[in-house]
Amino acid sequence: MADRPLPPSETALNWLRSMTLIRRFEERAGEQYTRAKVGGFLHLAIGEEATIVGAVAALRPTDYMIATYRSHGQALARGSEPGRVMAELFGRVDGLCRGRGGSMHMFDLERRFMGGFGIVGGNLPLAAGFGLTSDYLGSDDATLCQFGDGASNQGTFGETLNLAALWSLPVVFMVTNNQFGMGTSLERHSAQTDLQRKGEGFGVPGLECDGMDVIDTWAVTTEALRIAREERQPVLVEALNYRFRGHSIADPEDYRTEEEVLEWSKRDPLVTFGDRLAAEGILSDEQREAIDLEAIATVDAAVAFADASPEPEPSSLYDDVYVLSDQVRGWYSADHRGAGLRKGEELS
Amino acid sequence: MAEMRYREALNQALAEELERDPNVYLMGQDISVFGGAFKVTEGLMDRFGEKRIRDTPISENTIVGIGVGSAMTGLRPVVELMTINFSLLALDQIINHAAHVRYMFGGQVSVPMVVRMPQGAGHQLGPTHSHSFEALYLHVPGLLVAVPSTAADAKGLLKTAIRDDNPVIFIEHETLYGQRGEVPDDPDFTVPFGLAAIRREGTDVTLIGISRMAQTAERAAEQLAAEHGIEAEVIDPRTLRPLDLDTILESVAKTNRCVIVEEGWPHGGVGANLAALIQEQGFDDLDAPVGRVTGVDAPMPYAKSLEQISFPHEQQVIEATLALFGDRKRASRG
Repeated sequence: MADRPLPPSETALNWLRSMTLIRRFEERAGEQYTRAKVGGFLHLAIGEEATIVGAVAALRPTDYMIATYRSHGQALARGSEPGRVMAELFGRVDGLCRGRGGSMHMFDLERRFMGGFGIVGGNLPLAAGFGLTSDYLGSDDATLCQFGDGASNQGTFGETLNLAALWSLPVVFMVTNNQFGMGTSLERHSAQTDLQRKGEGFGVPGLECDGMDVIDTWAVTTEALRIAREERQPVLVEALNYRFRGHSIADPEDYRTEEEVLEWSKRDPLVTFGDRLAAEGILSDEQREAIDLEAIATVDAAVAFADASPEPEPSSLYDDVYVLSDQVRGWYSADHRGAGLRKGEELS
Repeated sequence: MAEMRYREALNQALAEELERDPNVYLMGQDISVFGGAFKVTEGLMDRFGEKRIRDTPISENTIVGIGVGSAMTGLRPVVELMTINFSLLALDQIINHAAHVRYMFGGQVSVPMVVRMPQGAGHQLGPTHSHSFEALYLHVPGLLVAVPSTAADAKGLLKTAIRDDNPVIFIEHETLYGQRGEVPDDPDFTVPFGLAAIRREGTDVTLIGISRMAQTAERAAEQLAAEHGIEAEVIDPRTLRPLDLDTILESVAKTNRCVIVEEGWPHGGVGANLAALIQEQGFDDLDAPVGRVTGVDAPMPYAKSLEQISFPHEQQVIEATLALFGDRKRASRG
């Protein structure tokens, strides 16, 4: 772990709380998945908590945050209610997105958590769009865009870094290098494995942080955001980390050895950070247990909330396909539940 | 009323909306210094500056994505793609994000963005540069699709598109840019979406023309009247989503026959869709199967002789129409 000084103790404890909540939430989400309470794909961030919490801690409330299909943790760290995140996983009406998005598509506008996105690399252009809005309106809001090492091979990576640099957009691009694009290891998918250097040719300087260390992630992201905000210079930050679970729940993990996972788990960000706080006299054993119990209780309540939330009404199926107005009044939609067509305005 | 070219009408719409709303901005390849590949944005940079008239690199997917991101956070982007052919590079952003973020995030955001682009064959540009894709975009819930065929509609529909809170695919036509037409002077003139235009009234058959094909259908109708005694009603839907199906069904109820004319491919085309809607909703009104005249079911060839027979002209419309009347009208011809 890098030798950076600890933040004020209450801040440090809050980071530990946030990381613990994500860990316990993800474990429970996985459990609920095996009980078929959660459908579709489920990508867990266990092992990546420091990267999430450290990065989010560096943001102002008005900054924009955008992430990938692995984004329950980002929503929680940004302050979304755990019950509403769990309800989204359950496909219920009280979910963050009213059951329309699911695990891969969390979104909380109020907290400027601008979404989880299901297409690898698809979120980078949107991040530049948020940056353009900030620039256009003359605000000093910045944008933090997280994506995986696999996304750095998409066309949108080069296109967006080029445009962000060309237009001096206040965006920090954070490539979360968890060593694998699904099951393909970094050295098998990227000719340049020093990912922080991958933006150089586009005029985007790189920084690196230890994504297993919440303090280092926070410090480097803070500096990157300062550069983006004050110098109007986009920055690429590589956060090195490791996911302890498979790509998704349905991953047999044939591409890596148990020894490798075990070796990385010695650097478990919750354990190492907790140990350091204990060593520096900020965290007692009792407090440490209390934080964990509190997280478990929060997740218990989230599951109960999600379970109690109703499923969306069939009559709401067409809600929000369009913004209906005087202009959009002749919209017809084929409705598989009945004969023929229905007019747009009659659907809501 | 003032007479102006289709491209000038578009330019006027853009200028008026840029003037009206400071959050409207334009973005695209060669739209500022160069004035646009088809000169639609000529003069706008001098008037509004490069913050609002933004040249972009050749990065279609990212340009559209930036448009979506900025629209989600309060701006009203008008993105110009040089031609519809290049929109294939931006399909991920158009379909997964522009069309779907509102729905998949439970209505928390909207995407008030316009993507403008011209389409069409006839310039000997071969398979990659001659596409007509209104059917492709019509397929996607969440998008609105406008296909103006006159200068007045180009202006009025573009103003509506920019003011609407939904993502709009605004399909212009390469061969119409230089065409002149009467355009109302009123700066508040708009054309509402979901309202078809009846270009010619008639009682014998309904011809529905999409985009440029509305004009082809109109010319065919004149010939049908002059040479065959058939009075065709010509309908230009103007927007495919929302669709003014009522006007189409009312016309078919009167004429009992219908031919749909489009430039794109036949399978899964606009005509296939409209024919299905018409037979579902107006089966009892039909005296003959719904006819379709489409581009041929092949890539667009380069050779002029082949290209000209690869998309509809008046003659194919006339033949398709006559076929619906069987022997009675054929007999009256001669």
